[in-house]
Amino acid sequence: MSKAGDGAAAGQPLLRIEDLQKKFGDLEVLCGVSLNVARGEKVSIIGPSGSGKTTLLRCINYLEKPSAGHIYIDGTLIGEKKSGDRFIYLTDRELARERQEIGFVFQRFNLFPHLTALGNVTVAPMRVLNLSREAAEARGRDMLQKVGLSHKADEYPERLSGGQQQRVAIARVLAMQPKLMLFDEATSALDPELIGEVLRVMRQLAEEGATMVIVTHEIQFASEVSDRVIFMDQGRIVEQGLSREVLFKPKEARTREFLKHIQDR
Amino acid sequence: MTFFQILEKNGWYFFTTLLSGWPATLTVASGALVFALIFGLVIALMRISTWRLLRWPATAYLEFFRGTPALVQLFVIYFGFPDWGFQPSPLQAAIIGLGMNGAAYISEIYRAGIESIHRGQMEAALSLGMTPIKAMQHIILPQAIRTMLPPMTNFSIVLLKDTAIVFSIGVLEVMALARQLVTETLTSAPIYLMAGAMYLCVTIPMARLAARLERQRQAWQ
Repeated sequence: MSKAGDGAAAGQPLLRIEDLQKKFGDLEVLCGVSLNVARGEKVSIIGPSGSGKTTLLRCINYLEKPSAGHIYIDGTLIGEKKSGDRFIYLTDRELARERQEIGFVFQRFNLFPHLTALGNVTVAPMRVLNLSREAAEARGRDMLQKVGLSHKADEYPERLSGGQQQRVAIARVLAMQPKLMLFDEATSALDPELIGEVLRVMRQLAEEGATMVIVTHEIQFASEVSDRVIFMDQGRIVEQGLSREVLFKPKEARTREFLKHIQDR
Repeated sequence: MTFFQILEKNGWYFFTTLLSGWPATLTVASGALVFALIFGLVIALMRISTWRLLRWPATAYLEFFRGTPALVQLFVIYFGFPDWGFQPSPLQAAIIGLGMNGAAYISEIYRAGIESIHRGQMEAALSLGMTPIKAMQHIILPQAIRTMLPPMTNFSIVLLKDTAIVFSIGVLEVMALARQLVTETLTSAPIYLMAGAMYLCVTIPMARLAARLERQRQAWQ
């Protein structure tokens, strides 16, 4: 039994998605999505509700099991391994190890309410990476400082604003030092005046060279930060290309219609 | 003799005799509670598992222990187990019987507590690289415990009262001694009332504690 693609050659994409399909019963949410993301690349995914953006992101770290297709990170097959010609699913323990490489920032933050901000950031380094409390706390404080919240280390999530909670959630992901970061509409649940502080942190990460796949409705942000923009509709990639081309000179009528709808909003 | 004359004459004797049954009552109640807490968690985790092979036996267990009288279960363990080569003492049978019965009810408290935690909590834990077991241990259960505490306390009250049935397999707890006193003195009402009052002295503070925990839980939510 082997992990397909182990020992991958340099220069290959960090994330490779091959013909990904996902069905919920009879409903086909992803209809054969293929995508490559290079190391350090920032890719934004836009599209109407129900187009499959979030499902695509959730499939990348196997929070949703794809119905067909394969995902590779750094050449390593995610969620599956090859046994002869067959693909078989990984065990919980094997999958957990792979997920350490993939950070996921949720729309609704999903902070752990029984832990302080620092506790949220240190729990995975301690329990997953087996770092000592001192080492995890040192790393956790660094990450909180990075998102501008070192003064809130001892606060519980309920005492933080939405923007602060999302920044803690980003620090929590950063503390695991993932190869790839996935952002699922990270600002959608925030009041308009709190969006800026989260986008600033994301922009800073982008400038530092993080590899990011961002599902967003923030067109302005996508145009500034992304190297590439993908427009999805009905479970398919309709159009993709350089951000300025897709966002300002879209080729497809459906993309133009969506962008017009967003601008008129 | 009137009720009060009986109490005046024999009250202290009744009291000290009944009091001597409390160590057995508390041993059975606490032993069964520990058994139920541990085994109930296993049943609950099996019930919420995605594997049918785990879910089905847990459901069957639950149906059996909730659907049959605790007395029947006690008799099966005390009188039936020797047929299979294990002769438990009355105290062992009482703890195992009430513990297994309690596990069925407590597993539902666990399950409700775990399911009350938003799915996003488990997803966040998994996305950070935790296994489902670690996520349960460090993220879900510490949160769910707050939801579980009030019904757990109520269950403990029920369990304490249910220990009264173990006199039927010969455990010398409060009710068994009450029955002995009734046979010995041919007086029933003062003895049973005194036994009931003793139970109340323990259950009322526990009920208060349950109410307080419930208020704290509501405030937390």
